Amino acid sequence: MAIVKTERHEDLPPPVSQTGVIGWMRENLFSSPLNALLTVVSIYVIWGALSSIISYAFINANFVGETREDCTGTGACWVFIKARFGQIMYGFYPVEERWRVDVGYILAAIGLFLVLSDFVKNKKWPAIYTFVVVPIVCYFLFYGGSFGLEVVETSQWGGLFLTLVLASVSIFVALPLGIVLALGRRSTMPIVRMLCVGFIEFVRGVPLITVLFMASVMLPLFLPEGMNFDKLIRALVGMSLFSAAYMAEVVRGGLQAIPKGQTEAASSLGLGYWKAMGLIVLPQALKISIPSIVNTFIGLFKDTTLVLIIGLLDLLSIVKAGTTDKEWVGMATEGYVFVAAVFWVFCFSMSRYSIWLENKLHTGHKR
Amino acid sequence: MSEAAMTQTDIDVAIQLIGMHKWYGEFHVLKDINLTVERGEKIVVCGPSGSGKSTMIRCINRLEEHQQGQIIVDGIELTNDVKKIDEIRREVGMVFQHFNLFPHLTVLENCTLAPIWVRKTPKAEAEATAMKFLERVKIPEQAMKYPGQLSGGQQQRVAIARSLCMNPRIMLFDEPTSALDPEMISEVLDTMISLAEEGMTMICVTHEMGFAKTVADRVLFMDAGEIIEQAPPQEFFENPQSERTQLFLSQILHNG
Ligand SMILES: Nc1ncnc2c1ncn2[C@@H]1O[C@H](COP(=O)(O)OP(=O)(O)OP(=O)(O)O)[C@@H](O)[C@H]1O
Ligand SMILES: [Mg+2]
Repeated sequence: MAIVKTERHEDLPPPVSQTGVIGWMRENLFSSPLNALLTVVSIYVIWGALSSIISYAFINANFVGETREDCTGTGACWVFIKARFGQIMYGFYPVEERWRVDVGYILAAIGLFLVLSDFVKNKKWPAIYTFVVVPIVCYFLFYGGSFGLEVVETSQWGGLFLTLVLASVSIFVALPLGIVLALGRRSTMPIVRMLCVGFIEFVRGVPLITVLFMASVMLPLFLPEGMNFDKLIRALVGMSLFSAAYMAEVVRGGLQAIPKGQTEAASSLGLGYWKAMGLIVLPQALKISIPSIVNTFIGLFKDTTLVLIIGLLDLLSIVKAGTTDKEWVGMATEGYVFVAAVFWVFCFSMSRYSIWLENKLHTGHKR
Repeated sequence: MSEAAMTQTDIDVAIQLIGMHKWYGEFHVLKDINLTVERGEKIVVCGPSGSGKSTMIRCINRLEEHQQGQIIVDGIELTNDVKKIDEIRREVGMVFQHFNLFPHLTVLENCTLAPIWVRKTPKAEAEATAMKFLERVKIPEQAMKYPGQLSGGQQQRVAIARSLCMNPRIMLFDEPTSALDPEMISEVLDTMISLAEEGMTMICVTHEMGFAKTVADRVLFMDAGEIIEQAPPQEFFENPQSERTQLFLSQILHNG
């Protein structure tokens, strides 16, 4: 005889075995004697490290005062950072002109927010604003020389300001240039392919320091007399080309992961090469390369510190220069800890943003 | 030679392959292919794996390049002229074995992309057309989903709708059902049958012999890069002339 079920089973909530803090801890931290032991040891180690960091950086640290002598506690002497804060942020940018940098920051921040966040759906105008208007306005703001603004030579730029200029310009040049190089490397035209392969392999094969050094010392030797680029521009060109080569390989990896069927489907619909690339292949390739692209950005951001080799005073070099000041001897630890913290904040934000973006762009079963 | 071929090309001829050869390196994949497809004709191509069926129909929209002979589609000869290739691709739709939908776009965006970017159709109009074709393949309710959220059969029907949105005059199908589970095959075949009934010119590579019997005007049998036999379905299945065709038919009819 057949057995037939006549009633439908009602939907039940999932079992509650893991609810509550105690339940979670028992399940995850103390499930076995070994696990419990590891938990205890880890907590001990973490506590030891954290407590000494906290007492160094906060509890025993010195925040008030003007000079070295005010640092009486056993912890960090943040007075050093405070006393040189202006220089660390802006370098030797004249104090009365620093508002121009701040305005630039605000304009860029608004643009980045509109482009990167989810609030505006149509990104066309925010993108034009951020990638065309802001760079032009910032150039006139920062350098001056027109609209009644005083010229501030790039040799006076420095500190975090210079680091951000270096990083953002190289990032915004490296990504598009890297994409072009990656496409060129996969091109069927032999000359284009050879040029791209040659460039990528050459630049990837030498250390950034030598690229910067060549850009700054050797380039002027080859250029005709009187044609002399600004030192900052030379550094920017060097860094951008260097990161573009890395970016090209990252993007190429993404391109290779896209099945041939995608291009074929695009072609069979009548889309030409550029439309097939721009609408079908690149969006997918860039999406899967987000982790590596951001990884390259983060590397690039930290590599900006190498400009100290050619005498530019970025965040790290200006702090380092500060520690050699007679009045502040022995402040190297504070200086480096502070620089590390600033870099960490920027790099960690990029990393979190990339994770958020990956989730947002996920179009598989998850959504 | 080319001019003579052009004058032969009647308005009623949709596709013409004349003495076409293709090599992959040293390997001679297609050997002296001659085929004329009239407007509105439905051709089913079958043959053992590796016989060059896919390669042949992919030559028709230049996904593969032929090295000798002529291919004339809609009165336009396929040469290296990129403009002509694009012109032909606009008129020839293609459906692939593995669907090849664009996973980063919704079903609706998949269908409107080419009309908007290639034909410059206004967005609203393209969307209306897309919905019309999605209704025809019976999945309008999936329009806002992503391909990854659909079953295989649904994906293949979206792929068909996507091609139809370009209003092609010719449709090429490369084993459209062989990646599908049995229960999904018929939904795709039904769509193809209704398309055939409307008079679309079709070339289908398929081993669905039931489909061949219902819609095909002619069945082509290929082996080792050659068209061995072509005949109306009834003749083809009941009275195959060549030995290789007989062997092939006995094999697939046994298994199927
Ligand atoms: N890109 C390529 N390079 C070299 N050889 C190829 C290439 N593509 C296909 N071939 C070869 O060409 C022959 C014909 O391939 P084709 O894909 O046209 O066969 P098919 O009849 O469609 O087979 P199937 O039924 O398995 O799809 C095969 O022997 C295959 O190995
Ligand atoms: Mg095939």
